[in-house]
Amino acid sequence: MIAEIGLFLMSLALALALVQVVFPAVGLVTQQGLWLGYARPAAQAQFACLLGAFLALVYAFLSNDFSLAYVAQNSNSALPWMYRMSAVWGAHEGSILLWSAILAGWTFAVSLRVHRLPADVGAVVLAVMGAVSVAFLLFVLFTSNPFARGLPSPSDGADLNPLLQDPGLIIHPPMLYMGYVGFSVPFAFAVAALVCGRLTPGWARWARPWTLTAWTFLTLGIALGSWWAYYELGWGGWWFWDPVENASFMPWLLGTALIHSLSVTDKRGTFKSWTVLLAIGAFSLSLLGTFLVRSGVLTSVHAFATDPARGVFVLSILGVAVGGSLLLYAWRGPKVLSGGTYSTVSRETFLLANSLLLTVSTATILLGTLYPLLVDALGLGKISVGPPYFNLVFGLLMAPLAIALGLGQFARWREDQLPRLWRGARYSAGAALVVGLVIGILVDGPQRLTAAAGLTLAAWILFTTAMGVRERLVGRASLSAALGALPRAFYGQCLAHTGFALAIIGVCLTTALSTEQHARMAPGDAVSLGAYEFRFEALKQVQGPNFQASEARFTVWHDGQQVDELHPQKRIYTVRNQPMTEAGISPGLSGDLYVSLGEPLDGQAWSVRVSFKAWVRFVWLGALLMAGGGLLALRDRRYQNATSPAASDAALAQG
Amino acid sequence: MRFLVPMAIFVVLVVVLAVGLKLDPRYVPSPLINKDAPAFTLETLADPKTTLSKQDLLGRPVLVNVWASWCSACRVEHPVLLSMAQNDKVEIIGLNYKDTREAGSELLQAHGNPYRQVLFDPQGKLGLDLGVYGVPETFVLDAKGVIRFKQVGPITPEAWRDQIKPLLAKLATSPAP
Repeated sequence: MIAEIGLFLMSLALALALVQVVFPAVGLVTQQGLWLGYARPAAQAQFACLLGAFLALVYAFLSNDFSLAYVAQNSNSALPWMYRMSAVWGAHEGSILLWSAILAGWTFAVSLRVHRLPADVGAVVLAVMGAVSVAFLLFVLFTSNPFARGLPSPSDGADLNPLLQDPGLIIHPPMLYMGYVGFSVPFAFAVAALVCGRLTPGWARWARPWTLTAWTFLTLGIALGSWWAYYELGWGGWWFWDPVENASFMPWLLGTALIHSLSVTDKRGTFKSWTVLLAIGAFSLSLLGTFLVRSGVLTSVHAFATDPARGVFVLSILGVAVGGSLLLYAWRGPKVLSGGTYSTVSRETFLLANSLLLTVSTATILLGTLYPLLVDALGLGKISVGPPYFNLVFGLLMAPLAIALGLGQFARWREDQLPRLWRGARYSAGAALVVGLVIGILVDGPQRLTAAAGLTLAAWILFTTAMGVRERLVGRASLSAALGALPRAFYGQCLAHTGFALAIIGVCLTTALSTEQHARMAPGDAVSLGAYEFRFEALKQVQGPNFQASEARFTVWHDGQQVDELHPQKRIYTVRNQPMTEAGISPGLSGDLYVSLGEPLDGQAWSVRVSFKAWVRFVWLGALLMAGGGLLALRDRRYQNATSPAASDAALAQG
Repeated sequence: MRFLVPMAIFVVLVVVLAVGLKLDPRYVPSPLINKDAPAFTLETLADPKTTLSKQDLLGRPVLVNVWASWCSACRVEHPVLLSMAQNDKVEIIGLNYKDTREAGSELLQAHGNPYRQVLFDPQGKLGLDLGVYGVPETFVLDAKGVIRFKQVGPITPEAWRDQIKPLLAKLATSPAP
């Protein structure tokens, strides 16, 4: 019964989404305000329906309703309840329903605030989001119905992929989708601006908080995914340049460019055309990511069940959404998008340079990801593009990005002079070079240059950030009053840039300083790694709810003192008979101790890998600070007591 | 005019993706299915002085698994291969593809070796003859050295249970030449 209710609610949501698209369109053409007004209630009712459908699927999983094919394939009665819940989005059908429900949630949030926008712009924004919703609901209903019954229904389910039975994986997909789908809001704003022929700085102020929220979620989602890969895959890597990782990273890069470009459009009224293009681009890449994951054109660790029919469907959505908006851009752009001037040396220039660098980075990753496909499509043979390509190209692009980031932090809007910039930057530059030099001397090994260069850039970002704060405080009578007067967006900016610097430090140091050792070990054996000694104390069998595990007990010794105890496991998930590695990890700020069990050898012996992952926490700490910066910026008064956009436009015209 | 540039780029992208969908390697069977496997003579990964050739693989069904230390999907597949070799006593021949001897050997040492023998193919010559699209790929050869099945991408426990294992059982019961 619950399945039929879910299916009915999904169909109802589709009908409401159609209302949300068609009525405003009619209203716009016939110039009747009444029709425009239907978008709002339709959007809100659509959200209620999809939330209901989603909860119906959750209920089916929690109540072990194996008559649903999707539940039978992805759950099991022995599965702990929280994994039964996360199994809802553990495979294609449910995750695409989650995608649609989150889209409806964003639309709902927009609909609550849309009355502050001019009626036509607000209605078009909701209509565009409704159109995306129509496309995805058709996709769910016709190719990927999670409520389909399987006949005969099995007595128990085939269990959730053990890789996904992990706390990190409960929240990673929803976070990621909040980010992906959130970019549909600036996308809809961009299309609305083009359709209505109005792109004012007030428009940018409206789009900013939405974009920042989506970006913050995406940042957290990517960081969670990377952290999960680190401890769950048992290989100790935190980024693989896998096609699906790239699919989430590309919208993040363009989204980063977008939040910066939006701030310029908001404050200075320039970059309009570029901002609109980035807004279209960020959401396009979210859709492209969806296509790459679900069409099976690329092989990836994230093997979603793939189906060519689904690929054709998503490609059609991509073609219509992106092709349509880009055509609109080519048609209306020249009329709508112009205005604003700035000189060659100014904050605008550095922000534009960084937008371009982020876009080029995105393009190189896109090229690297699709290159095997391209070469094959042209019949030139078969190739694989690996991490060496990405590391080199991406690393080279990050250097000018970091330099421009530092300069942009204290360059002035509109016009600045090189000598003034140099006076402000010289101490930071000198100090950063000293840091790099010291690191270059201290670090040994093949990655010395990476570490030195990376730390120079990170130090440069940190010093210039500090200088930027100092510049705003110089000459103020009361320090605390001056600090309190600074806008929250500025604190957010500093926090996010600090996070970026910490992430660079983490990436470079963990590459240069991590050590590892493979050994054949039986209980009683010990192996040393640098100053640490790892002792294999004992092995025991552990019975989990739906797995059996061999658990080893390792003690870690330093200077004759026991400093830690680790419990790596090798699990066999009984339903699928699938082995999984649970690494034993002791986290630390300057590095993690990491032990993972390989394979059982003869007798009690195992192949064991012990490693010291230097500074690896900084990678995720940096990402957390970046997300924190986004949150802080969101609390800025600029958006809190937002006046109507018309008023802010008037203020800008006067000032 | 410059406002049309993004559109032009996007059209090219969609064409490539559409062609890519048609080419989809997982669903188009290899043209080599039911053809003789190409002849080869390659050094083994463990020892440059030992070579193996196609003759060494004849007389019983074998799996040829193409892998590399730089391939992340192979890492996901690796425990499945180990379980196949240990629990089902399958003879898996590794083809170490466009890799270095050190990196390949180190991986097997650290994480276990599911392979009876590993062929070393640093330039990807045999890979080219086999029409390897990406890594990992796995070929099932029958006793006469005819390619009977090709798995593109990692072998999942389902693919093993539903496709490869039944096929091997069938090949094992049909009389050898």
